[in-house]
Amino acid sequence: MSLNKLTLLETFKGLREGKFSSEELTRDCFKQIEKFDDKVKAFITLDKERALAQAKEVDKKIIAGDSLSPLAGIPVAVKDIICTKDLKSTGGSKILENYIPPFDATVAGKIKEADGVIIGKTNCDEFAMGGSTENSGFFPTHNPWDLSRVPGGSSGGSAAALAADMAVYALGTDTGGSIRQPASFCGISGLKVSYGRVSRYGVMAMTSSLDTVGSFAKTVEDMAVIMKYLAGRDEKDSTTLDIAVDDYSGEIIKNIKGLKIGLPKEYFVEGMDSEVRARILEAAKKMEELGAEIVDISLPHTDLAIATYYIIVPSEVSSNMARYDGIRYGLSKRDKGDLLDIYLNSRADGLGREVKRRVMVGTYALSAGYYDAYYKKAMQTRTLVKKDFDDVFEKIDAILTPVAPTPAFKIGENINDPLKMYLEDIFTTPASLAGICGLSIPAGFANSLPVGIQILGKRFNEKTILRIGHQYQLATDWHKQKPNLQ
Amino acid sequence: MKLSKEEVEHIAALARLRLSDEEKEKYSEQLSAILDYIGQLQTVNTKSVEPTSQVTGLINITREDEVRESQIFKELVESAPEQGEDYIIIHKVFENK
Repeated sequence: MSLNKLTLLETFKGLREGKFSSEELTRDCFKQIEKFDDKVKAFITLDKERALAQAKEVDKKIIAGDSLSPLAGIPVAVKDIICTKDLKSTGGSKILENYIPPFDATVAGKIKEADGVIIGKTNCDEFAMGGSTENSGFFPTHNPWDLSRVPGGSSGGSAAALAADMAVYALGTDTGGSIRQPASFCGISGLKVSYGRVSRYGVMAMTSSLDTVGSFAKTVEDMAVIMKYLAGRDEKDSTTLDIAVDDYSGEIIKNIKGLKIGLPKEYFVEGMDSEVRARILEAAKKMEELGAEIVDISLPHTDLAIATYYIIVPSEVSSNMARYDGIRYGLSKRDKGDLLDIYLNSRADGLGREVKRRVMVGTYALSAGYYDAYYKKAMQTRTLVKKDFDDVFEKIDAILTPVAPTPAFKIGENINDPLKMYLEDIFTTPASLAGICGLSIPAGFANSLPVGIQILGKRFNEKTILRIGHQYQLATDWHKQKPNLQ
Repeated sequence: MKLSKEEVEHIAALARLRLSDEEKEKYSEQLSAILDYIGQLQTVNTKSVEPTSQVTGLINITREDEVRESQIFKELVESAPEQGEDYIIIHKVFENK
């Protein structure tokens, strides 16, 4: 068996027992990449030499019997929106095509401190704006289950790389579904943490009041190990809270007898793929068998979420994208004209369609005379969406919903209809607005394509949704299914 | 509601974006559809609803005002497209009179 196919816990065990080395494991990941990435196109940049050198370092430490973190020596793929010191970090944008950060994002630093092996940087929608990875400034990524389809997005490269066993786990970001939806489309597990649980320092900002950093894994059990290392307060991100990080690996082994899981009626709407609906209800049944109590709930303001989200996001985007001006770093067209021409020409060449579109919508929504009608209104409707969740979580432990209304769609299918693409985010954006956590795990197939379920939990209650997810995975084997890449 | 070409140009100028004629045409159509959709919120009664700008509950997180070396001053300056020994070179902001 190729080592790259193992889970994180299996590789951890194998490394400690001396069954194989980190170098062998890392080489197997690169072998898989060399074999299939010209078809999948998951990576923008590979860092083979440094990864192998790092793996060999860890092997020496293992032989010496050093005390090491569970992540030591294990290959990870990192979304290119996360800055890595001395390794090109583009955010999927032409404006940063040659940008090499002189510093690490906090999460990248944590992986390095844990002696992790970063193998490369994965493709994404430009600055995380999109749900298909087609908005990458470089190339689209293909879904390993069906190469004519999207892997989802914006963290599509990380999801595709993991589904194709090119890494053992992968890092992503989730603002309105950018981890949960690609996890669903690619048949893997993905966790969007509560807002403020994981540091965003060094992660290119898209929508600062919603952006979160999280992870993809092959199993929820793996996820519990990874999150223990990523979560926590960071002085460099003042939105992170000083709340103790739970012992996720210890929590998830508890059974789910008596837990109350809500099924919100607003998430089972017309226009939803009937196969997807069936998979969610089957999952609910399975959880009931495991002892959970399934209750019908209502989140009455769900239908306001997309409109609210697509005011708040472009507004904050228009502000965050102002930093790409050709002055301090990144693409700079300064061959002709004055200062204004540097801004205009650098941004015209460097920023892609969707980024410009959001900057335009946001600039309009924030401009004189429109602020109250759009941005202020959206902040108020955000309160209504958030309050829906606060209210139901008084009575229940978690919420079970679909991740997306359909399985992975064809590359090119939605690209010319931005509004249709936005509506795909209908089941993931409400949780983002509320700042709560959400886990996406495989729950079967629709027309041979993976379908995920979404388990939502209270803010900072990652332990409960991970526990439900792990107990579900102990009773099912959807997460063990692999695409047949050839 | 359809955005006029002039409105699109005005927003683009505010956002420091230079758009091609083709982009202006396309954005006027797409932005109008998006604005129509998000405009539906205006029918929601939010009279006594407090706005939510963020959900952490944290206010004014500060630390002691002490000098700390970034250690990467040189590298940051070197990231700039044009630089002097320890400064970034930009085009003139003000004209000499």
